[in-house]
Amino acid sequence: MSAPPAAVSLAGVGKTFGKGAVRALEDIDLAIAPGEFVSLIGPSGCGKSTLLRIVGDLIQPSVGDVIVNGKPAHRARLDHDYGIVFQSAVLYDWRTVTKNISLPLELLGWSRGRRNERVREMVELVELSGFESHHPWQLSGGMQQRVSIARALSFDPALLLMDEPFGALDEMTRERLNMELLRIWERSGSTIVFVTHSIPEAVFLSTRVVVMSPRPGRIAGIVEVDLPQPRGAETREQPRFFELVTEVRERLAGSGAATAPTEPALVTEERV
Amino acid sequence: MASRGATVGPAVRSAGLSVLVLAVLCAVWEAYKWIGERAEIRWPFPVNERTMPHVHDMVGQLFEPSRRNGPLLIDVLLDAAAFTAKEAAVGFVLGASVGFLIAVALSQSRLLQRGFLPYIVASQTVPILAIAPMVVVGLGSKGVTGWVAVAILAAYLTFFPVAINTLRGLQSADPRALELMHSYAASRWTILWRLRVPASLPYVFSALKISATASIVGAIIGEAPSSIQEGLGGAIVNFNQYYSLEPRNLWATNIVAAALGITFFLVVAGAERVVVRRAPENVA
Amino acid sequence: MSTVVQPVPRSFGRTIGRRFRDWLPALVVFVLVLVAWQGLVEVFNIRQFLLPKPTAILGALRDNRSDLWSAGIVTFKEALGGFAMGSTAAILVALVLARWRRVGGAIMPYAIAANAVPIIAFAPITNNWFGLLNPMSKMVIAAVLCFFPVFVNTLRGLTSVEPASIELMRSYAAGEIETFRRVRIPNALPFIFTGLKVASVLAMIGAVVGEYFGGPLDALGVVIQNNVALFDFPLAWAGIIVASAFGIAFYAAVAVAEHFLTGWQPAADSRSD
Ligand SMILES: Nc1ncnc2c1ncn2[C@@H]1O[C@H](COP(=O)(O)OP(=O)(O)O)[C@@H](O)[C@H]1O
Ligand SMILES: [Mg+2]
Repeated sequence: MSAPPAAVSLAGVGKTFGKGAVRALEDIDLAIAPGEFVSLIGPSGCGKSTLLRIVGDLIQPSVGDVIVNGKPAHRARLDHDYGIVFQSAVLYDWRTVTKNISLPLELLGWSRGRRNERVREMVELVELSGFESHHPWQLSGGMQQRVSIARALSFDPALLLMDEPFGALDEMTRERLNMELLRIWERSGSTIVFVTHSIPEAVFLSTRVVVMSPRPGRIAGIVEVDLPQPRGAETREQPRFFELVTEVRERLAGSGAATAPTEPALVTEERV
Repeated sequence: MASRGATVGPAVRSAGLSVLVLAVLCAVWEAYKWIGERAEIRWPFPVNERTMPHVHDMVGQLFEPSRRNGPLLIDVLLDAAAFTAKEAAVGFVLGASVGFLIAVALSQSRLLQRGFLPYIVASQTVPILAIAPMVVVGLGSKGVTGWVAVAILAAYLTFFPVAINTLRGLQSADPRALELMHSYAASRWTILWRLRVPASLPYVFSALKISATASIVGAIIGEAPSSIQEGLGGAIVNFNQYYSLEPRNLWATNIVAAALGITFFLVVAGAERVVVRRAPENVA
Repeated sequence: MSTVVQPVPRSFGRTIGRRFRDWLPALVVFVLVLVAWQGLVEVFNIRQFLLPKPTAILGALRDNRSDLWSAGIVTFKEALGGFAMGSTAAILVALVLARWRRVGGAIMPYAIAANAVPIIAFAPITNNWFGLLNPMSKMVIAAVLCFFPVFVNTLRGLTSVEPASIELMRSYAAGEIETFRRVRIPNALPFIFTGLKVASVLAMIGAVVGEYFGGPLDALGVVIQNNVALFDFPLAWAGIIVASAFGIAFYAAVAVAEHFLTGWQPAADSRSD
């Protein structure tokens, strides 16, 4: 038996927006094995979100090949091979917590009974029991993001794409959700590609940290995180943790990120 | 930010496009008429020369004498349009001013809002035009000339959108900016003029565009049943009586009325461009 | 930190109590205006031309209630028909233009300009198309009046969706129809109702004023007009009040439907317009 196909495999991927005006990504080669937790880290505007969207087949790369679960990214999307979590929770106001979580299940044509059962599990998993019939605006930011994670996990996708899911949260909520995410990852055994611009977060969560350089976005280096599993609050106090944080920071600095003018993240205000 | 050269192009293009759209509409009209007359369409209404005159006949009618040896119809209608425009403009200014003042007053107190807002909203369900003659005659008995009375009717239709939208606009001021103002111990008056009124401008203009149309409607319909002959409303009533004999006159009049409505709208929209540089289009 | 915003507990009695306090100022104004009006007319003995005494209007309303009611129904049916036709057309066109956005963008300026046409002035023409007595002649006017507010609001609602909401649907490989059904249309519902509420008032006005250029004798607009001609101003005003009451009731009915269909909203009344 051959080795299982990579969860994500990027070969020579590049992306240019407009008429060559913005070179967002260049020469991205990356293979992610099933079960890995990989973080993409880099300064704002270096193309992290773009890369994630390319993996999810939400936008097309200008050049290069994207293979997800052993098939072209387009096929993988049609097969519901991944779940995605955005920086904002992107919940539908007119749906309750329960119904937001069951949205993908409805689209997959699951029966009501099966849906309800799964949603109940998910609500427990993200510890939202008692809030099933709340609407998104009745929840705090952290709770909204947990709903969004539950929704992404609900249909058991082999791959989870997360684009700065905790970026808008305060530090304490963020650390708690980091713990929860690790717990979920361990239980589900899925592959996670996680975008962040927080170095400690990347090191704490990941098995590998992919450091990206500013425009055009390239892979400036990959840091293997050899911290023991399972991780917990004490992980953050280990000397090795600090060493790794420093290593990632130096890679970022070496890539020119530290000297590059920080540029605000692209705010897509427009409505579609 | 577009350069001069870049703005002329789109202007010409959009003008060309407008002509094209108009041409398509006329073509649709003529095609429906052509088919309707041959297929003897009876539903929803019978298609014939009386119900749907040729476009070129309606327009051509404008350049026929309005009566034997009289002036061209278009001259008559342009005079009427000018008269109606005067009523509408006076009504528009009056209504918009009153609406704005009401909004400013209501924005100062929740109690006033609670007391009066329901009636301002309910006022729009009153089909005031249905008692236009009563208003015109009633005001006439107080010494108000006919066209001024009609202008007052137009103002009645105008004030509402302005009042409601301005109020919303005055309340839309950024709460943080308000706090800042309070921290300067700015007076109510200062806050109103420096902060609230500028914040309300886009809202005011989107209301004024609605009101521009409303004032024309008010003027035309106000004239119609009030035996005021000089305006478009009078012309509509007049030509309506002879519709079975000469439908093209009524159509021609309505074309002029439509043009007047659109002109009013475009004038206000143009003023908006000048005053509110980049109005967020989503407050329309 | 993660404070939960609990929905305001809505005890029925509390709601009623709050409602009452909210409406009290309006009630006071109402009574004061009526008293002042009656008083002014009586004290100064104003000729009862423009404004008959409230008691006279109420009297006329009471004495003619069944006629006025049935006239109101005739006109309301026209308004309702026009409302249904105009709103349905508006929502369908908005759906099409939201799907094919480029066409929508190109058409929009003309739709806005077309809305500046004084539609009611076309009532004589629809009368000639359908016949004075055919309710269709008023329905069409009401329908055209209703079209625009519903169309503009629906289109705005369908297209004011967060880009990420659409991306999410794409990530589920959901098609265009699913995206409309589960995202765009629910998102548009509050907007649609804003349009429908405006349209409900316009429909009634359009029907009454449309009858002005001629209509069946038992229609409200004609009744009002005839009483003006007969100098029976109290009765004319009574007719106006009936028209207005139908308009308000229609509006309220739409608002109730809105409440049930968009009850999920954070604050229905602050966001709905
Ligand atoms: N739809 C788009 N059109 C044009 N430029 C884009 C678009 N999306 C992203 N970009 C540009 O691509 C670059 C990378 O963006 P993004 O992937 O959002 O960065 P990150 O997520 O790392 O902050 C930025 O310079 C951004 O301005
Ligand atoms: Mg990003």
